[in-house]
Amino acid sequence: MSFLSVKNLHAAVGGKEILKGIDLEVGEGEIHAIMGPNGSGKSTLSYVLSGREGYDVTQGEVLFNGENVLDMAPHERAAAGIYLAFQYPVEIPGVSNLSFLKTAVNAVRTARGEPELDALNFLKFAREKGKILEMKDELLKRPVNVGFSGGEKKRNEIFQMAMLEPTLAILDETDSGLDIDALRIVSEGVNKLRSPHRSMIVITHYQRLLDHIVPDFVHVLADGKFVASGGKELALELEKDGYAKFGIDESASAAA
Amino acid sequence: MTPPAETATVLEEAAKREYKYGFVTDIESEFAPKGLNEDIVRFISDKKSEPEWLLEWRLVAYRHWLTMREPKWAFVDYPEIDFQDSYYYAAPKRSEDMPQSLDEVDPKLLETYKKLGIPLAEQAILAGVAVDAVFDSVSVATTFKEKLTEVGVVFCPISEAVQTHPELVRKYLGSVVPYADNFYATLNSAVFSDGTFVYVPKGVRCPMELSTYFRINAANTGQFERTLIIADEGSYVSYLEGCTAPMRDENQLHAAVVELIAMDDAEIKYSTVQNWYPGDEEGRGGIYNFVTKRGICRGKNSKISWTQVETGSAVTWKYPSCILEGDNSVGEFYSVAITNNYQQADTGTKMIHIGKNTTSTIISKGISAGHGQNTYRGLVKAMASADGARNYTQCDSLLIGDECGAHTVPYIEVSNPGARVEHEATTSKISEDQLFYCQQRGLDPEAAVSLIVNGFCKEVLKELPMEFAVEAQKLLGVTLEGSVG
Repeated sequence: MSFLSVKNLHAAVGGKEILKGIDLEVGEGEIHAIMGPNGSGKSTLSYVLSGREGYDVTQGEVLFNGENVLDMAPHERAAAGIYLAFQYPVEIPGVSNLSFLKTAVNAVRTARGEPELDALNFLKFAREKGKILEMKDELLKRPVNVGFSGGEKKRNEIFQMAMLEPTLAILDETDSGLDIDALRIVSEGVNKLRSPHRSMIVITHYQRLLDHIVPDFVHVLADGKFVASGGKELALELEKDGYAKFGIDESASAAA
Repeated sequence: MTPPAETATVLEEAAKREYKYGFVTDIESEFAPKGLNEDIVRFISDKKSEPEWLLEWRLVAYRHWLTMREPKWAFVDYPEIDFQDSYYYAAPKRSEDMPQSLDEVDPKLLETYKKLGIPLAEQAILAGVAVDAVFDSVSVATTFKEKLTEVGVVFCPISEAVQTHPELVRKYLGSVVPYADNFYATLNSAVFSDGTFVYVPKGVRCPMELSTYFRINAANTGQFERTLIIADEGSYVSYLEGCTAPMRDENQLHAAVVELIAMDDAEIKYSTVQNWYPGDEEGRGGIYNFVTKRGICRGKNSKISWTQVETGSAVTWKYPSCILEGDNSVGEFYSVAITNNYQQADTGTKMIHIGKNTTSTIISKGISAGHGQNTYRGLVKAMASADGARNYTQCDSLLIGDECGAHTVPYIEVSNPGARVEHEATTSKISEDQLFYCQQRGLDPEAAVSLIVNGFCKEVLKELPMEFAVEAQKLLGVTLEGSVG
C-alpha cells in the first residue's frame, strides 16, 4: 500500500485550474523527484499537499497513511508528519529561530501524544540536529530567516525538517538560489535525513540537485499533469534534451 | 460636616434608594450619592480626614473643571458621558457581599487566569473573592513594608501619605500635572479616590520591584487613581502598575493621574500592564480609560522610563510623557497597544526637551485586529535651551484582518538648531505567508498569530520586569484570540 496516494487531483487558484489531474503513489521511504518548467504547477502541488489557503481542490483525493489529508488543517497535516521546505522561506522578525522551533516542536509533539521537551533537552536536541546542517549557534539565535543569506535560509529549512522529524518531506526548489557549496551542505543534510520511514518529494527545475539527492522515481510535470514518469535516468534525459522532448514549450508555459 | 438643605435631600433620597439594594443607610460611613458637586468633593475629602489645604486644592480643581470641556481631538468615538450619573465615592465592598470562594466566580474569568498562569491565591484576589477567606494579604504586605522601611522608602496609599508625609505630598502633588492641566486630570484632582505614594530617599536603590505588593493590593483602588512617585538624588525605583489578569470593575470611567519626579542622578522605571474589561465582541460595555501620566526629570543625569502594555479598555486615551528639564536627562517610552474587536486606543507620548544634551527614545508598537482603531499620537519638542537634544522615534503598526485601522500622528517642534530628531514609522500586515509558514510547522492559527505578534513587540516586552514579561507575552495571545480564522 502506498504511503501517500494522490488520485486525479485537480486544483485551482483564484478560479483558474492549475493542477489538471495528478496521480502519484509514494511508498514509505521512497524519494520522488518532480521536475518541470516554471508555471507547470510544481509549487501549487506542494501547497495543495500542505493545505495552504487559496489553493482549492476541485476534484480527486489525497490519502496519507490511509487518512484523507484534504480534510485536515495545515497544522494538523504538520502534526501528521507532512513537512514542506519552502522555496521562499518566510521571515518572522523578533522571534528567534530557537524559540520558534521550540514552539513548533512542542506543538507537534503534543499533537502526536509525545511529551514536550523542556528548555534544556530542547537545546540539546537542537544542537545535535544543527550539526547535520553545520548550523552555527548564531544562526539558531537570530530571528527566523531575518537577514539570512539565500543559502542560510535553505539550510534552515532542512534544519527545521530535522527537528520536526516528518514522515513525508516536500522540498520545493530547495536548490534555487544556492551556490555550489551551499548546495552540497543542504543536500548532504537531506541525505543524512533519508530513512526507510521518511518519504520525500523533491521538486526542482534542474537535474543538478538530483546528482546529490538521488531519487527513486522522477516525474515530469507540465501544464498541471505528469507527462512522463520513470527512474532517475529520466532526469538525465531531461538534462540532455530539455523539456522540448516532452512537447513542452518552456517559454510559453513560463508565462502561465 | 453639615450639607446644605438641598444636598441633604439628595443624600437622603439616595440613601433610601440604596437601602433597597441592601446597602447601609448611614451615609456618613459608606458612600456618596450619584453626581458631582462641591458637597461631594467635600464629602470625599472629609471621609479621608484631609487637611484644609487639600480640600481647597480639590475645590479649586472642581471649580475649574466646571469651566472646561471634554477634549474631542483624540481619534476615538464613544457616547457622551453623563458625569452626574456616576458615583464619585464608594467605600470598598464588605467581605460578605463578595464571592466567598473561587467556586462562586464566573468560570470564563477563571479560564483566562489559568491561561495567563496566575497563581490561585492571586486569582482569588483579582476575582474579588473576600480576601480573608483565602489569603492573609496583611502579613505579606507587612513583610514588604518592613523591608522598605529599613532603607527609608515610603510606599503607601496616597491617602495615608497625606497624613504621614503631608509636606512631601503638598510640595509635589500637582507639580507635574497641574490641577488645570486637562479635563480628566482636573476631574481627578477634584475627586481622586486613592492611589500610591512612593518616596525614595537620596542614594537609595529600592531593594525590590514595587509590583508584587501592588498586585495583591490592587483591587479597589477606585476609578480616579492618583499616584505620586518621587525619586530623590541618586536613587532608583522600579514600579509596576496593573496586572495581566482582567480585573472586575463596575465603574466604566477611569481617569487616573500619575506624577513622577526624578531629582539629580535618579531613575524611575514605570511599567504598566493594562487589561481592563474591553467590552464584548460587539463593542458593548468596556472601560473608558482616560489617563494623564507625566514625569519630570528635574535633576541632571536623571532618567524616566515608561513601559506600557495596553491590551484592555474599550477606549484608551493616554500619553505618558517626560519633561526633560535637567541637563543630560533621559526619557524613554516603550509601548505596546492592542485593539481587538471594537476597541479604540489613542496613545503615545510627549518628550519635552528643555535641558542640554537631553535624549529621548520612543518605541511604539500598535496592533489592530477585528474592528479595532489604534492611533499613535506623539510630540517631540526641543526648546531653544535644549542644546544637543536628541530623539529617536520608531512607530510600528501591525494590522490583522482588513477592518481595523492604524494611524500615526507625530508632532515635532524644534526650536534649537542643534537638536536632532529622528522618526521612523512602518505599517505592516501579518502576512498570509507568515501565518501559513507557522501553521506548516505545526502551530494552530491562534498560536501562530500570538508568536508573530510577540516577535513584533519584542523590543518593548524586553523592557518589562522579568516576572511580567512572560505573563505579558501570554496576554498578547489571549487578547488576540479569535482575530484570525
